[in-house]
Amino acid sequence: MTLIDLANPTRFLALTGRLLPWLAAATIILLTIGLYQSATAPDDYQQGATVKIMFIHVPNAWLSMFVWGVMSIASLGTLVWRHPLADVAAKAAAPIGAAFTFLALLTGSLWGRPMWGTYWEWDARLTSVLILFLMYLGLMALWRAVDEPSRAARAAAVLTLVGAINLPIIKFSVDWWNTLHQPASVMRMGGSSLDKSFLIPLLVMAVGFTLLFVTLHLAAMRNEILRRRVRSLQMMQASRVAFSEVGISSREDSTSKEVGAA
Amino acid sequence: MTALSALIRRDIRIALRVGGGALIGVLFFLTVVVLMPFAVGPDLALLSRLGPAILWLGALLASLLTLDRLFMADHEDGSLDLITMSRTPLELACAAKALAHWLAAGLPLIVATPVLGLLLNLDMVATGSVALTLLAGTPALTFTGMIGAALAVTLHRGGLLMAVLVLPLSIPVLIFGVAASQAAIVGPMTFGAPFSILCALSLVSLVIGPFAAAASLKHGLD
Repeated sequence: MTLIDLANPTRFLALTGRLLPWLAAATIILLTIGLYQSATAPDDYQQGATVKIMFIHVPNAWLSMFVWGVMSIASLGTLVWRHPLADVAAKAAAPIGAAFTFLALLTGSLWGRPMWGTYWEWDARLTSVLILFLMYLGLMALWRAVDEPSRAARAAAVLTLVGAINLPIIKFSVDWWNTLHQPASVMRMGGSSLDKSFLIPLLVMAVGFTLLFVTLHLAAMRNEILRRRVRSLQMMQASRVAFSEVGISSREDSTSKEVGAA
Repeated sequence: MTALSALIRRDIRIALRVGGGALIGVLFFLTVVVLMPFAVGPDLALLSRLGPAILWLGALLASLLTLDRLFMADHEDGSLDLITMSRTPLELACAAKALAHWLAAGLPLIVATPVLGLLLNLDMVATGSVALTLLAGTPALTFTGMIGAALAVTLHRGGLLMAVLVLPLSIPVLIFGVAASQAAIVGPMTFGAPFSILCALSLVSLVIGPFAAAASLKHGLD
């Protein structure tokens, strides 16, 4: 089963219909384990119990960038390979990514209040994530502004690829500028600086959130495919009604002409 | 090469003549700057502190508002189809159009800056540094805005949607433009670091803008 085989929406619907319950179950199990582990993780010697916000904040922040990455690959699929489901994938991912980004910003500001003494600080990491959030909203506005999906798809694909420049800026903003936000501590050269008792729940939560995204994304793609089918059925119905009316009126015209001739 | 220079000359001539509307941008810039003292109060010390930010914001909005004409007028009279079908690569043609737009609509903003600096109580050094940062930064605004203009013409939607799409991309330019001019006026920071990042942003957008605009025109027009 390759990516090309999934170009058939019916086959995609059948496959994901079988996959989704398993994915949902795995998501629930992993998130339960992750939440339990992070609840029982020890308090930080400096931050106390507030360190537990990390187990929600960090996966959300990772996912906010990961989703844009997925959308960029889907945009390449739209523009380069013209895969029929690529724009469905891109469109379905945008609201989910916006939600993850919003949650990352929200949990970050809730964490920032006790730790930094402020809900918001205009430093490089926070600003670049806020720009990412605005770009998600802009993309969703673009999808909503155009009624023809294929036209909107190509415009959104170009914009997504341009916006992908923001991803390395977000990732390295804490290294390039001297910011309030702490530098990378999990994915860095020379191994993680995080203690094992924090690292393991964090990784479990990260995998759980990624599975949550995959589940939601596949479900949203199914909805989008079904929505497009409903739309084309409605258009067919509308055109059938219109044509039948035209047929009736032309027949009336011809009968009235005949009457006139008689 | 001659085709590109002809395109640039044509665009500048159209923009400067009656109905072109490039100079309306300057008028808008002036109006925005004049509005600011009414909003924040006519406190000269405060105005001179906010001056660079006000000038940058005005220039950003003025260049954004003139942008949606970049491809729209050509699309309406059909010359955009000729440009996309011509033998010159579309990327180069887009770059030439953006350059012409910057010369006709961006440069007058920079020329107007010293006059507006007087209204905001900026001294010579401050006005000069704002004008210099605008000179280095407005190309980035034009070239990233061109992407939005190309999307607007393929979607048949201009106005607010374009502003929503383009403004997030112009935030870095605004940040480093204002940072560089503040550094020259008051700051403990050196002028060089933010100014070189601003120049880098302009150069990067010079590369990315034409390609993205050409891609969206190629895939979008039909």
